[in-house]
Amino acid sequence: MVQIHRNRNVLKLSGELTIYHVTEARTRLGEELAAHPDLEVDLSGIEELDTAGAQLLLWLKREGKTRGGAIPFAHHSPAVLEVIDQLNLAGVFGDTLLIAPNA
Amino acid sequence: MDMDQVKQTFIVECRELLAAMEDALLAQEDQVESAESINAIFRAVHTIKGSAGLFGLDAIVHFSHTVESVMDRVRSGQVKMTPELTGLFLECHDHLVRMIGGIHGDAPEPPEVKAEGERLMAALVPWLEGALATVPKAVTPQLAAREETGRDFWHISVRFGPQVLQNGMDPLSFVRYLRTLGRMVHLHSLLEKLPAGASYDPELCYLGLEMDLDTPADRATLEDVFEFVRDDSQIRLIPPNAKVEEYIRLIQELPEGEQYLGEILVAGGCITPRDLEQALAVQKTEEDPGRRIGTILVQDQSVPPPVVAAALDKQKKFQERQASEMRVVKVAAEKLDKLVNLVGELVIAGASAQVLARQAHDGRLLEATATFNKLVEEIRDNALSLRMVQIGETFSRFRRIVRDVSRELGKDIELEIQGGETELDKTIVEKISDPLMHIVRNSIDHGIEPAEVRKARGKPATGSLCLNAYHESGSIVIEVADDGGGLDRRRILAKAIEKGMVQEGAELSDNEIHNLIFEPGFSTAAALSNLSGRGVGMDVVRRNIDELRGSIELESYEGSGTTLRIRLPLTLAIIDGFRVEVDSTCYVVPLDMVIECLDLGPFLESEENHLVNLRGEVLPFLRLREVFGLPGSAPPKERVVVVQYGETRAGIVVDRLLGEFQTVIKPLGELFRNLKGVGGSTILGSGEVALILDVPQLVQLASKRVPGGVSPAFSRS
Repeated sequence: MVQIHRNRNVLKLSGELTIYHVTEARTRLGEELAAHPDLEVDLSGIEELDTAGAQLLLWLKREGKTRGGAIPFAHHSPAVLEVIDQLNLAGVFGDTLLIAPNA
Repeated sequence: MDMDQVKQTFIVECRELLAAMEDALLAQEDQVESAESINAIFRAVHTIKGSAGLFGLDAIVHFSHTVESVMDRVRSGQVKMTPELTGLFLECHDHLVRMIGGIHGDAPEPPEVKAEGERLMAALVPWLEGALATVPKAVTPQLAAREETGRDFWHISVRFGPQVLQNGMDPLSFVRYLRTLGRMVHLHSLLEKLPAGASYDPELCYLGLEMDLDTPADRATLEDVFEFVRDDSQIRLIPPNAKVEEYIRLIQELPEGEQYLGEILVAGGCITPRDLEQALAVQKTEEDPGRRIGTILVQDQSVPPPVVAAALDKQKKFQERQASEMRVVKVAAEKLDKLVNLVGELVIAGASAQVLARQAHDGRLLEATATFNKLVEEIRDNALSLRMVQIGETFSRFRRIVRDVSRELGKDIELEIQGGETELDKTIVEKISDPLMHIVRNSIDHGIEPAEVRKARGKPATGSLCLNAYHESGSIVIEVADDGGGLDRRRILAKAIEKGMVQEGAELSDNEIHNLIFEPGFSTAAALSNLSGRGVGMDVVRRNIDELRGSIELESYEGSGTTLRIRLPLTLAIIDGFRVEVDSTCYVVPLDMVIECLDLGPFLESEENHLVNLRGEVLPFLRLREVFGLPGSAPPKERVVVVQYGETRAGIVVDRLLGEFQTVIKPLGELFRNLKGVGGSTILGSGEVALILDVPQLVQLASKRVPGGVSPAFSRS
């Protein structure tokens, strides 16, 4: 299950962001983005991320850019970091990452 | 092992190699430059060197080594094949021929041969030196280029299909697994295809991966990683350079056998059976002519070109070896002759059995002998075909002669060869070679005019000489045609009158005048060159051809060229015969020359004209009874056998027709040489001797007797 909570302009994602939930997550993210162009994303609660989830995050990032404001991702959870590392996506997302102590 | 015999094999082999080398060199000269012919030259020299070494023929080894070294530079592209170099190689070829010819005995090398060898080797040295100077330059860029493309890792390129995620696969897991197989040197995710806005479907996969993996795993292992996604994904595996070399080595080490290219590549481990299947499927969908499988593998499957080249090489090597193994079985000519003789006896024995069977009136025996004779007939044809060789080899020898002679005379002559695949008896080929050579030289020397004269006459400056061979009613025809000046009718006539061959003021037809050049001691060459006019005239040519039971005719048009046509029997030994009877004696007509048989008549005007009306055509005839002066009187109903020789037909009148019969030709003794109308003898099944009619002579006799010499061949001009 993936949970999405917004506290002002900070959107906190937690749980499993995988193929099973990407469709509903995408709908929610789309709505939030439309309502809050200055969105920030907190990834600290992500316990599981797969390729579909990573694609969704990237989509969100790019959508934000097309609307004028970059959406910073912060507090990457170990699961997210692992995926970014595996797929060498750090450059693609362009967020500041806390270098994990040798995963 | 019998050393002499081995040496003999070596000599025969060398001759073949040298012939191949000459062909290739001449092809080079004709600007048909190809790697193939350069390789052929190199191979020839290389093999000769190797074999000569086995026999301790140091002079040959030494010489061919020098030639080979230069050739090697040509092969690797360091020296260009210039006309000058081709000429030099041709000289080297000739020298090798001389050296090979000299190894029969144990005599030391004659000094002049040695001197020639030294001269040639000295001439070859500059090519070697020139090449050496360019070596470092040629090699450096090649090495640099290799380093540039150098890869020491597997390159894995994957474009996942859109359905991959929905099918429960996660590309991430592949990456994680690959990392367990080796070190991921580099990984790049491609997500450019990820669409923006509403067209993004979160459940589809948009990911592509480019990876460099340092792993000892082989192709199959890596491919297995993608086992479940490869149906809808594009996967390319590019092996590291080290692997390429390993593949090439593996391919070279494969056991030899007839294999498809794909099979070789699979066996070498450079592609998996699946890759091959895919490539074959792609090939099937492509329009005709689609890409070859090798091209598809290189372009779509990223099989490195050197690997495919190695596999192709492997395939070709086997095919070549197999082809040459299948092509030639060397048999001593003597053995073949013995076989043909035996088959001849078998034919006679078979005929005898058939006669006995017929007399016995035993149906079963008749049937058995019929089968037996049919088989004998097949054996006969097969045995004779063993002796048949293509005339092309003889023809191509003339390439060199035409080249050399035309250079010597400063004429530019092009040789055209047609019908090289025409087959005829080996004995005949050997015997026709010299007369043919004489005719060709004559054509070049006397026939084709110098370039200035040709230009003045409005002809192309390059003269053309055409050698042609074809089959025609039981004989083989060899034509030598030039587009030169043709025979000078007046000069021939004047010369003939001067020599007293012809009465002054005699009326001669064109054909009769042309035929004068075949008379002994006749030469009209205004100036004797060192090529022709050396006393060996066309009379010798004619005599040689007569000895082969052949004939020669000449067609010449003043100003536009001459065609010499030699007609030869296909074989000398066994023929299909047609038996006829006159005065209770049996005669045989070669069946190939028989056109039809009919009853005698109706005569044209009167019987004394010796002409019958054959469906509106005038046909001269002669009675065998009259020709041979046989006693007895003709039966009330006489038969005519219509025969054809060349373009002339005639009728031979006989008492009875007896039918077909296999005939073994036995030559007549010296005593009967001058007998007109008889070409040989044969033994019938009954043991009787029958004479074989000499159809060419009889045809000539029949047409000569006709006032005005009616005969299509002569009345044409």
